[in-house]
Amino acid sequence: MDGTITTPATTPAPLPADAALPKPPSVLRRVGSHPGLVAGLVLLGICVAMALLAPLLAPHDPYAQDLNNRLVPPVWYEKGTWSHPLGTDNLGRDYLSRTLYGARISLLIGLSVMLISGLIGTALGLVAGYFGGRVDLLVNFIITARLAMPVVLVALAVVAMIGGSLLVVILTLGFLKWDRFAVVMRSATMQVRALDYVAAAEAAGASRLRVLAGEILPNVFPHLIVVATVEAGSAILLEAALSFLGLGVQPPLPSWGLMIAEAKSYMFFSFWLIAIPGTALAALVLGINMAGDGLRDVFAPEGRA
Amino acid sequence: MLAYTLKRLGLAILVALFVSAVAFALLRLSGDPALAIAGEGAREADIELVRKTYGLDRPLPVQYFDWLWTILRGDLGQSLYFRTDVRALIADKLPVTFTIGGLAILFALALSIPLGVLAAVFAGTSIDRAALAVAVVGQALPTFFFALVLMMLFSINLRWLPVSGSDTWLHFVMPTIALGYYVTPPIMRLVRAGMIEVLGSDYIRTARAKGLSGASVVFKHGLRNAVVPVVALAAVQLGYLLGGSIVIETIFALDGLGYLAYQSITHKDFPVTQAVLLLLSLVYVLLTLAADLLNAFLDPRIRVA
Repeated sequence: MDGTITTPATTPAPLPADAALPKPPSVLRRVGSHPGLVAGLVLLGICVAMALLAPLLAPHDPYAQDLNNRLVPPVWYEKGTWSHPLGTDNLGRDYLSRTLYGARISLLIGLSVMLISGLIGTALGLVAGYFGGRVDLLVNFIITARLAMPVVLVALAVVAMIGGSLLVVILTLGFLKWDRFAVVMRSATMQVRALDYVAAAEAAGASRLRVLAGEILPNVFPHLIVVATVEAGSAILLEAALSFLGLGVQPPLPSWGLMIAEAKSYMFFSFWLIAIPGTALAALVLGINMAGDGLRDVFAPEGRA
Repeated sequence: MLAYTLKRLGLAILVALFVSAVAFALLRLSGDPALAIAGEGAREADIELVRKTYGLDRPLPVQYFDWLWTILRGDLGQSLYFRTDVRALIADKLPVTFTIGGLAILFALALSIPLGVLAAVFAGTSIDRAALAVAVVGQALPTFFFALVLMMLFSINLRWLPVSGSDTWLHFVMPTIALGYYVTPPIMRLVRAGMIEVLGSDYIRTARAKGLSGASVVFKHGLRNAVVPVVALAAVQLGYLLGGSIVIETIFALDGLGYLAYQSITHKDFPVTQAVLLLLSLVYVLLTLAADLLNAFLDPRIRVA
């Protein structure tokens, strides 16, 4: 390339970063003015509604088999029928009902893994960031050791060992997935710790617990929310992958990952059996991630990447 | 630099030891390995004999150090299911996994660097949003579902690529795409963030003021500096990739480490699972060590931290 050009550059200068908007007055307005956040919340809302209203919306019992009506295609196919809008699976179970009830499993996994791993990771990160020194070294070691072990491999081994069930999957993932909480909370706490109001609280004689819970935690909370959403989405994907490999939630539960696994032998002729739960999974995680990205832009814009 | 290298090396060794203890405990406490070797329905006397032969009647810490010493001498034991030497088994599968891991990371870099640069140069425009959409969708798409969609499209409908196996290079195309797309989003986001920061810096302004063309500034001055943390992240992502290849190798029946790990887990073949876990963790430890040292070499500020 030519490094010595005599004429000045004609290409327009790139914009430095996202153009800063003037600060709108209320949180609600800020949420509303972020299209990605709104879209994410709508997607997530649909999935939550599916999960909560499953008993009302489902046309059939998701476990009821009907061997005379196996592999009925969805209604938009020529042979489809309105009594099974999304068709039936290889055991003649209504696919719409199973998909609706599947939302419950995914959301339950996402929420409970997020809570367990969030509790562990936040505690570790807060303590490491606040006390520093040896405590920080120790926590850093635990985080590094945890990251060195591949989650999928360890989770598969643990589930194979104890036996697959919803509870085992939740606990396994919860005890494995706290690393990002710990990493983010540690650095966020370090930043907040150096601020004046923490020093003020300490000078006023507040106990360490009080400083941690009353001064530091509320101020790192925006970061916590963002990590929590991302981790909930990734936990949902992991459960689906484990169930897909046969070492997660067990049949006949309508986990979306398990539905894809059960449909794998039929995928060449009935691809919709895979496409429906797969799309549902992707849509739910997309919604969660978009909501998370949006929340970061609204509440913690300095951490945007 | 020497002090930092030694400190970092010490951490790596400690982590490797810790992981080895976890690998040992995880699969040894899982259930009676003697029962697994003897087979179901074996007589009590036979099980006792197996326990004596394999040294499974000694205290666990003794067994651990004994096992660690054997491992360090390069003896990974015998596979219970494949009835062969674990080291030979792993050496046999390693090339496949390293090939798909390497190809996937190359694919991810080939996709994420141009996208990240474009997104940064045109930050805030529709090009930026399109690049971001690629990342957001990649984060939400379940890897196994994406793999099945690729399979349906390229093997069943278009008949371009073989469905599964690892005989020719064509067998590696779909696994590379599926696995590579999985690690693209974080790399792309980092390239974008790094480029935005670099493009806003003083030396870029100086380069522009000197009259350098837009392309020269972006690539010669900008990207070269923004790409440094990307190398480190790519190393870490390669570690994740090897873990994620369990799912992909199982779907495409690629005869690599991941598929071996899956088979060993489902057959309770603990020497093999242990060996794969150890190997993948060790690779991750070495990759992060290399990345940290590279970063410290390039950026002296890190060494004192």
